[in-house]
Parts: sequence; structure tokens; C-alpha cells
Amino acid sequence: MTAVSATPTATPQPRNAVIRSARDSLVVAKRNLIRMMRIPEVVIFGLVQPIMFVVLFSYVFGGSMKVGGTTDPGVYREFLMAGIFAQTVTFATAGAGAGIADDMHKGLVDRFRSLPMARGAVLTGRTLADLVQTTLTVIVLAIVALIVGWRVHEGIPKALGGFALLLLLGYAFSWIGALIGLTVRTPEAATSGGLIWLFPLTFISNAFVDSSQMTPWLRHLADWNPFSATVQACRQLFGNPGVSQSPAWPMQHPVWASLIWSIVIIVVFRTLAVRKYRHATS
Amino acid sequence: MTGAIYAEGLVKTFGDVRALDGVDLDVPEGTVLGLLGPNGAGKTTAVRVLTTLLRPDSGKAVVAGVDVLRHPNEVRRLIGLSGQFAAVDEYLTGRENLQMVGQLYQMSGRDAKVRAGELLDQFNLADAADRPAKTYSGGMRRRLDLAAALVVRPPVMFMDEPTTGLDPRNRLGLWDVIQDLVAGGTTLLLTTQYLEEADRLAHDICVIDHGKVIARGTSDQLKARTGGERVEVVVHERERLTEATEVLRGFGKGETKVEDHMRQITVPVTGGAKLLAEVIRELDSRGIEIDDIGLRRPTLDDVFISLTGHVAELKEDAV
Ligand SMILES: Nc1ncnc2c1ncn2[C@@H]1O[C@H](COP(=O)(O)OP(=O)(O)OP(=O)(O)O)[C@@H](O)[C@H]1O
Ligand SMILES: [Mg+2]
Repeated sequence: MTAVSATPTATPQPRNAVIRSARDSLVVAKRNLIRMMRIPEVVIFGLVQPIMFVVLFSYVFGGSMKVGGTTDPGVYREFLMAGIFAQTVTFATAGAGAGIADDMHKGLVDRFRSLPMARGAVLTGRTLADLVQTTLTVIVLAIVALIVGWRVHEGIPKALGGFALLLLLGYAFSWIGALIGLTVRTPEAATSGGLIWLFPLTFISNAFVDSSQMTPWLRHLADWNPFSATVQACRQLFGNPGVSQSPAWPMQHPVWASLIWSIVIIVVFRTLAVRKYRHATS
Repeated sequence: MTGAIYAEGLVKTFGDVRALDGVDLDVPEGTVLGLLGPNGAGKTTAVRVLTTLLRPDSGKAVVAGVDVLRHPNEVRRLIGLSGQFAAVDEYLTGRENLQMVGQLYQMSGRDAKVRAGELLDQFNLADAADRPAKTYSGGMRRRLDLAAALVVRPPVMFMDEPTTGLDPRNRLGLWDVIQDLVAGGTTLLLTTQYLEEADRLAHDICVIDHGKVIARGTSDQLKARTGGERVEVVVHERERLTEATEVLRGFGKGETKVEDHMRQITVPVTGGAKLLAEVIRELDSRGIEIDDIGLRRPTLDDVFISLTGHVAELKEDAV
């Protein structure tokens, strides 16, 4: 080791908090993307699961499901896809949670917390990286869906709008994951803690079955489920069958409902997670 | 005017454990404070409080003139930290780790890259620079973590057991780096289990145990407190041990200590080398053969043991 003399200096005062915050978040996002590239197993398993769901639901259950008054498996496949897309994007919860718990566990959060960086950047960077991963997964899934016969019928711009809502939902859920990761502190617990409640959430919704066939109180829950709003919006925007006729407001205005739900989740969970991060100790 | 690192009455409890129980510190600018103490004494907790990672239950902390509790963000612009356990991203290469830290210290991408290259050379990591840190040995990770603490030249640095896990060559190298930093005006708080290290680097030493400061001063002051020099003799034949002990008692200025199984006698003395020569002559004239004889001065280890009542435990290299 050779020594290089220099006068010590403080890190310069940032010029603009917003710019600094964005820049720090991107630095952290880049770090997380490099990690994802070096641990491709995680990304690959993230792809296998939704593909398996498409195949299982389409070919195993497909013939016995009644949608829009028909049991045609082709109709069910088109109905199903919006649900699978939405379920897939919400799995980002587990990834974000596990990643942040791992950073806590390994002491990296201590390193970050001692640096003069923007407060929320570690978490924002992680959720942005998850958004990239989710986007990739959705693209692959869309290709598989096209292969099994799913189509969009309302034109490309509306379809892209549907995908934008899906990604926003996924981004919102990764903030829930971030909070879980900061709370449980071990990656294993964050993964299961991030997934367990997703199953009731996604099954008590219009994702896999027509909610009009549910008992009234379940149907009520399903209609107001944030998850259902996005699924309904996608079915409308993709022109897929099975759009719910329920009079509940979110089912009548699913695009707005989906936007509002996602933004509310982001605001609430980001606030909680950033607060928790500031006081987190490993 | 308080020092570059100043703490007053720091208290931090974890359940029943009083990790810090009223710690006061004052480190003048441009000096090194060695924080010593047995395992669990509260060293790491003190470092974590001073580096904004942990809020104390009560007390006051000021770093480079900035109140740590009130303006943690300001403090972060003024400090560098290398914690007890290397905090590096295993999946990033050494270079990527340092570049990331540089950018988070608000350096431009290009400056961060240049600086990363310099540090990798300085810490003998150039060969491994483009391998993921996962493949590094414990000492290499430790060095990468130290390099990360030095990415910018902050006026105040904290290093928690910086040389634990380093081989002798890299340890000496780090000492050079530290001495150079301090010559440049950096203030450093360093915890260590290697008392030689504190002796060599620290201007002032502070010994803590059970969250309390139990002694402070320069290395010489602490040694003087523990007592002066002594003569140590190892006789060749066990049969002559008693006779030799009598001889030494005649020269001694205090209690003579005999360790039978090692055939060793220790006695406190004054009079230095001249006295030692006399002892040798006397033993020789009686035909007592000796295996070893020497004049010993107290080491920081002696200070440590007499203060804390137990041997400074060298833990496993925890990196
Ligand atoms: N997060 C924590 N939760 C509970 N107890 C803690 C926590 N951190 C530290 N302690 C306790 O506080 C005391 C001081 O711990 P600290 O890590 O500061 O010791 P240390 O002097 O750094 O020891 P070492 O030489 O082993 O590194 C110990 O009894 C430890 O068990
Ligand atoms: Mg410690």
C-alpha cells in the first residue's frame, strides 16, 4: 500500500435535492441490476412461475371454467391472461423484500446509511430495479400468452395503456415488499412474508374466476380489491372477455380505480418504508 | 472549542444491557484516538452512535462541529466509516463497489472511476479489481471496505477494528495509510484489539468496559499507571529456583513472582540496564545457569489486563 496525501474535505453541499435524489436512486438501481444479472437464477425462476400458471390454468382448469356464459377454453384463456399478468407483477413484492432484507442482513444498509446520500434512494433504487425486472418478465409472458392464443382487440395504444397500469401496480407492490424487508430483516422471511398474503389477495378477486359467480360478500371484497381494478382495466383495454358488469364504482371506472389504488399504495408504503429505513438498525 | 469528535454522557441500552453507560470522548482535530476494551465493552456501539447509525438514549455527540443527533445528514458529509464487519456488495466487483460509494459521496462518475482505480492499487487489490467481491478472501474484503471508507478524504474517520483479519504485510501497509491520513489533518477514531496498534497509531487511548470509560491518557501515561520495569529470569535447573528467587528478592522493589512450571521469576526493579548487569553477575558468581533474562517494560497488554481484569481476547477474524 502506498500513501497518497491530500487535504481532507467535506462532501460538497448538493445543489438540488431532487436531482441528487434521482441520481442516487439511479446509482443504487444500477447496482441492483448488476446483481440481478449476476444471479440470473432469480430472474429465471421469476419467469417460470407465471408461465407455469398460464399452462396449468389454460389446459387443466380451462375446460371447466365458465366465463361470459361459455365454457370455451379459448375464451377462458383470453380471460385468464389479465389475471396472470397482474399476479405476476405483484410478485415483485417478494423480490424487493428479499433484496432489502439481504442488504440489512449483510450490513450494506449501514454502509449506505453512513453516506451523504438521499434518504429514500436505497429503497427507490431497489424498487426501480425491480420495475425493470418486472417489465422483462411481462414481455416474456406476453409472448407466451400470444403463443397460447391470447390477443388484444382494442389496438396497440390501449394495450400499452393496460401494460402501463400493470407495471404501476407492480411498482406499488414493490414498496409493500420494501417495508416487509425492512421489518423482517432476513431474506427468507421477506420472501415468504411477501408472498403469503398475495394468494388470498389474488384469489379473492376477478383474476381467475368471474366474480359475479361468487357469494355476495366475497364478490364485494373482490370488487373493491385493488388487484381487481387493474385486472378489469386490462380486460377492457385489451378487449378480452369477462369484463365484470358489477355496479361497484371500481368495476365501472377500472382505469381510474387502478391508478388511484396504485398511487395511494405508493404514497402510503413509500412514506412508511422510508421512515423505517431511517431508523433501521441491522 | 471542542474537538473534532466530542461526546458527552452517551447512554445506549439494549434491553437489560447498558452498551454505553455515560461515555465522554474528546478527540482534538488531527489526532487519533484508540478506543480499547474487551469484547462487548461497547466500542462498536459508540462508533455507530457517532456515525449516525444509532440514536443514543441520552447524551450529546458532536462531529466536526456538527450535532450528530440534530443534523445527521450534515455529519455524513464529513465522515468516513469502516465498520467492524466488511460492508461490501458481494455480487459487485471491487471496482464497482468503490465506484458506487464514490458516486453516493456525490462524485461524478468519472471522478469515482479514477478514485476507485487509485484505491485498488493502494490496497493491493488491482489484480482482483474486476472479480465479484464474493470471490475475495476475508482480508481482501476487509481491505475493500477500508478503501470504501477512504473514497473521499473526509475530515473525520471512524474505523472499527480495521486490521482484524489482515496479514502482517497488509496491516503495516494500512498503518502507513493511516499515518499519512493523519499527517494530512484527518481526525481518526479507531477501535482495536491489537494493543501494539494502539501504541503505534493512537495519540490518546481510551479504555472502556461495560459501557464506561475506565481509563484514558497517552500510551505512556497508562503504562506508568500500571507500574514500572521489572526483571524476568528463567533458570535452567528447577533445583536452583529457590536460591535464584532469594537473589532477585535482594534486588527487587516489590513482590517477587515465581512461576514454578516455567522456572520463571519476575521482580519489579528500578535502575535499568545497570541493575540487570548486576543481577547477571550475582547469579553467575553463584553458578546459577540461566536460560533467559531480560528487563521488561509494561506493554499495553499489561495495562489492559490490569484495568479490565482479563486478557484482551483476540476474537476470530470476523470479516
Ligand atoms: N443490536 C443490539 N441488540 C442487542 N444488544 C446489542 C446490540 N448491539 C450491541 N448489543 C450489546 O451491547 C454490548 C456492546 O456491544 P458492542 O458491539 O458495542 O461491543 P464491542 O465493544 O464492539 O465488542 P467487540 O470487541 O466484540 O466487537 C454487548 O453486550 C452487545 O451484546
Ligand atoms: Mg465491536
